[in-house]
Amino acid sequence: MPSEPLVAEHALEFPGGYTRTTGPVIGRFLTELRDGRLVGVRTADGRVLVPPLEYDPHTGEPVTGEFVPVGPAGTVRTWAWVEQPRPGHPLDRPFAWGLIDLDGADTALVHAVAVDDVKALRPGLRVRPRWRPETDRKGHITDIACFVPEVTTMVSPQRTEYRVRPGASLLRFLEGVRDGVFLAGRCATCDKVYVPYRTVCPSCGSRIEEQVELPDTGTVTTFAINNLPDPRAPEVPFVSAFILLDGADVPMIALMGDVPAHEVRQGMRVRAVWVPPEERTLSMSNIRWFAPTGEPDVTL
Amino acid sequence: MREVAVVAFAQTRHTDHDEGLSEPELIAPVIEEVKRVSGLSRFGFTCSGSCDYLAGAPFSFVSALDAIGAWPPISESHVEMDAAWALYEAWVRLQHGDVDSALVYGFGKSSQTDVREVMTLQLDPYYLAPLGLDQVSYAALQASALGAPEAELREIARRSRADGRANPYALHLPDPTGDDPYQVRPLRSCDVAPPTDGAAAVVLAAGDLATRIAERPAWITGIAHRAEPHYLGMRDLARSASAADAGRAAGVGKGPVDVAELHTQFSHEEIILRDALGLGPDVAVNPSGGPLAANPVMATGLIRVGEAARRIMAGDAARAVGHATSGPCLQQNLVTVMEA
Repeated sequence: MPSEPLVAEHALEFPGGYTRTTGPVIGRFLTELRDGRLVGVRTADGRVLVPPLEYDPHTGEPVTGEFVPVGPAGTVRTWAWVEQPRPGHPLDRPFAWGLIDLDGADTALVHAVAVDDVKALRPGLRVRPRWRPETDRKGHITDIACFVPEVTTMVSPQRTEYRVRPGASLLRFLEGVRDGVFLAGRCATCDKVYVPYRTVCPSCGSRIEEQVELPDTGTVTTFAINNLPDPRAPEVPFVSAFILLDGADVPMIALMGDVPAHEVRQGMRVRAVWVPPEERTLSMSNIRWFAPTGEPDVTL
Repeated sequence: MREVAVVAFAQTRHTDHDEGLSEPELIAPVIEEVKRVSGLSRFGFTCSGSCDYLAGAPFSFVSALDAIGAWPPISESHVEMDAAWALYEAWVRLQHGDVDSALVYGFGKSSQTDVREVMTLQLDPYYLAPLGLDQVSYAALQASALGAPEAELREIARRSRADGRANPYALHLPDPTGDDPYQVRPLRSCDVAPPTDGAAAVVLAAGDLATRIAERPAWITGIAHRAEPHYLGMRDLARSASAADAGRAAGVGKGPVDVAELHTQFSHEEIILRDALGLGPDVAVNPSGGPLAANPVMATGLIRVGEAARRIMAGDAARAVGHATSGPCLQQNLVTVMEA
């Protein structure tokens, strides 16, 4: 039996951390951070470096020692999206690294940007620092926990409750549906048959006196394939269709079923699929959906 | 300027795993090979490049000296950088005129740790390292600043891996599938150089000695190193001003370039470096597969010089560029121009 390879685990660590002196320039920046402020340092040619360095990175000349308040808001210039944060990262959920141009600064600060989704990032995204609680700040770049987008939208919860009744003609129609019948109304003036049943003609305003029972067969006049889930639909995608019941002059909207979505077509002959009589209520859900009859298509 | 040439180059058959070799055991075969090829057993100067943080042990490069025979005492130096910088130091040393040969070698065992974590330690300790900004993250910020189309990055990765499969020393990686997971968006796994263990060695010789050793020495006609500000937010990450400056100083544009071996540890860096060095579409970039096909850190840059020189010595190229980089997001760049 081959022997196990000889392997040792070891860690390189400075227990408690490595103590560094900061000098007056970096020290000033970190001190201001602890107080919840952001500052840059001005170079001899007037640019503002954030975070401050002791020298101008372009010329090597010492900076002036003039500290300038910047931000706290800034603009994300460039970002990279971290789907799986590593142990040393500032956030333990997906986040972005950003190069952030703080207002008033001529160089960009690198820091974490917290957004829920990579889609929330865009060029020019305005962000602000989210500070650690004051008692936890100690003069460290992570005194800024992260940057977060400025507020540009808000959500207003809205809910109002009602108690509605269907009205006499719709109630009459639903009673018909409960009994397996589609009730329609014929306008004597227009000679049009309207379904669902109604007592006033929407065209001429005449009172409709004649009640007509229509069969549960009809023809698809148009339809839509829906790819978003809907609690009333059996599955996704589902098809909602306008169905012209035989004998009616206006189509009625209903679900399609027992047929693949891409096979539904204009002119298709369909019949209502009813739920068993003992399960019926005063509701359109008594009709599960309309299913193809298998008859030849008709020309509309 | 004294005429100095690359006259011998050797590298390990790099691996993506720890083969259980100590550093001296890893280095010894390539040292033996360049000694055999050059016919030299002693060198006027020896310089190595490595990083103690890869082994997690201080002065680990000292124990690696076991492989080169340091007694009786030799003139020796070390850079805590890629060995391309050791080659630069050796070239400078040869300009003094009192020695004629130099041995340069570099080695790295990525398998011993997480290189992404190690490269965080090279960042400034005040503003960047405390954020835990890792190597792939800052490279992804640069790729994002460049804004290169993903298809272009994929093609660089695909070509590099295909060339790597034709190179017996590189890792043999499959073609990218195109939907590898993002490591840090916009960089996918195939856009990131693979962890690699390996070593390489180069012999430099001056003047007549070079002509005696090699039939067709790769003469170094230009070599230059430039650096940019360390802090990422103080540079235009989409460009490499220091690579352009180093390329100009080394004279890349003074003649046609047949081959360029570029130290591209991420796909997008090839686009930035081609632009900075003015390499047109007719220049063969990283025909060895480049770092995307084998990245023995601290030897990878030296291998770029060695691979470029090897093509001149073999008669496949008349003028070649070897490039090495160090620091976050191509912060420092060293460009070597070699001619037959």
